[in-house]
Amino acid sequence: MSVVLNAGEINRALRRISHEILEKNHGSADVLLLGIPTRGAFLSKRIAGDINEIEKTSIPVGTLDITMYRDDLRMRPPRTLLPTEIPSGGIDGKHVVLVDDVLYSGRTIRAALDALNEIGRPKSVQLAVLIDRGHRELPIRADFVGKNIPTSKDETVKVHLAEIDGNDAVTIEGRDGK
Amino acid sequence: MKHLLSINDLSKDEAINVLDTAGELSRLSEGTVKKFPTLRGRTVVNLFFEDSTRTRISFEAAAKRLSADVINFSAKGSSLSKGESLKDTALTLQAMGADAVVIRHGASGAPHQLARQQWMTGTVINAGDGTHEHPTQALLDAFTIRRHLGQDSGDLQGLRIAIVGDVLHSRVARSNVLLLQKLGAKVVLIAPPTLLPVGVASWGAEVSYSLDAEIESVDAIMMLRVQRERMDDLYFPTEREYSRNFGLNLERINRMKSDAIVMHPGPMNRGLEISAESADSARSVIVEQVANGVSIRMAVLYLLLSGTARSESNSTIEVGV
Repeated sequence: MSVVLNAGEINRALRRISHEILEKNHGSADVLLLGIPTRGAFLSKRIAGDINEIEKTSIPVGTLDITMYRDDLRMRPPRTLLPTEIPSGGIDGKHVVLVDDVLYSGRTIRAALDALNEIGRPKSVQLAVLIDRGHRELPIRADFVGKNIPTSKDETVKVHLAEIDGNDAVTIEGRDGK
Repeated sequence: MKHLLSINDLSKDEAINVLDTAGELSRLSEGTVKKFPTLRGRTVVNLFFEDSTRTRISFEAAAKRLSADVINFSAKGSSLSKGESLKDTALTLQAMGADAVVIRHGASGAPHQLARQQWMTGTVINAGDGTHEHPTQALLDAFTIRRHLGQDSGDLQGLRIAIVGDVLHSRVARSNVLLLQKLGAKVVLIAPPTLLPVGVASWGAEVSYSLDAEIESVDAIMMLRVQRERMDDLYFPTEREYSRNFGLNLERINRMKSDAIVMHPGPMNRGLEISAESADSARSVIVEQVANGVSIRMAVLYLLLSGTARSESNSTIEVGV
């Protein structure tokens, strides 16, 4: 197991993503963050904290569970549903930034786009991820990336966050556990 | 877990998972999301050998909100009234490619037979069999109790729940006793001795013959329908006497704990086991039970049908995703 990002590096990556989100959207007006549980939800709160500090504002943050929209439900044992909380203003006409920890096949994001479709019609949908590890199976890309990590499919990328794992770190593990 | 035939098929954790899943689905349904693509392409057959309003409509609504195809099949007007056997019906359903069969049957154990014989490969969900069990009703009752008296999560530790009336003929009572006790609640069965089944002492619940003695100490009271259609004998002298001793009226409601709730699985005999004013009182959560039934059945269908792709459908359908 090797550590590819430590706590300080994660913080700096999130801070840069926060600035990039503001830059792309010309400020924080109509920007809404939706974290994909579990870890994307914590990351979205951290990014919102950074944006609020930079802009002296308070941008809406929510969570979007995509379990019911997954395309692998038939093959895998049932997953527990996690909370979906859409900010009270809804998503219509907003610039929605989806936040997730690792971008891999792209299937989670496809499911998230389906879920968003049920909830409303945002003005735009953008994607922020802490790690992009490649191996996309769908034509999906991230707008904001903390770090690109080329991996092999045998490896496992794990994001640890203080909120649930006790510490901040991104690790990569080979098939043989090294 | 492949089938839901009895509450005993569920461990405590699994039962809580069903309730949590239903809670999340109900929160989503109250918002903007009315329909999920989760079970698209799956077929759910409602096989009802006995009359039902709530349960059948509820399963149908639940399956449709998950985008499953629903086939309703009732004994009246089908070949069953010509004397077709359960086996031949099951073989027909198998040939039609049913992924799940929701069955209600007058004979206790019919769902078990459907699940255990090798007649069909689909999931079997018991929607009430004879005087045996009605597990989804118990789950929705526990869900309703938890919403009102719990913290919206966890179990029902510390609650005292009364089940009143025709316990003898009630599959709802049996499933509820099993589930509520599994979730840590204390259950007291209140009925005239003639309406308690033989061996009720082994259920683990308290038994009382007086509603008045218990009414002030319970957190929830579940009134059972007097099942006239199953009564082949005289179980109480007159309906008026039953109603006076075991019926819920406003006078009794006013003696209940301030936050206690009144439940009924339906259909109600207004004026017999529950007075009209009690059924419509502010404590009554009877209509809410019906709404919660849809969320519970969505949760059950989702949990039982995901991860169970049948091998022959696997190859053809997965291509599109």
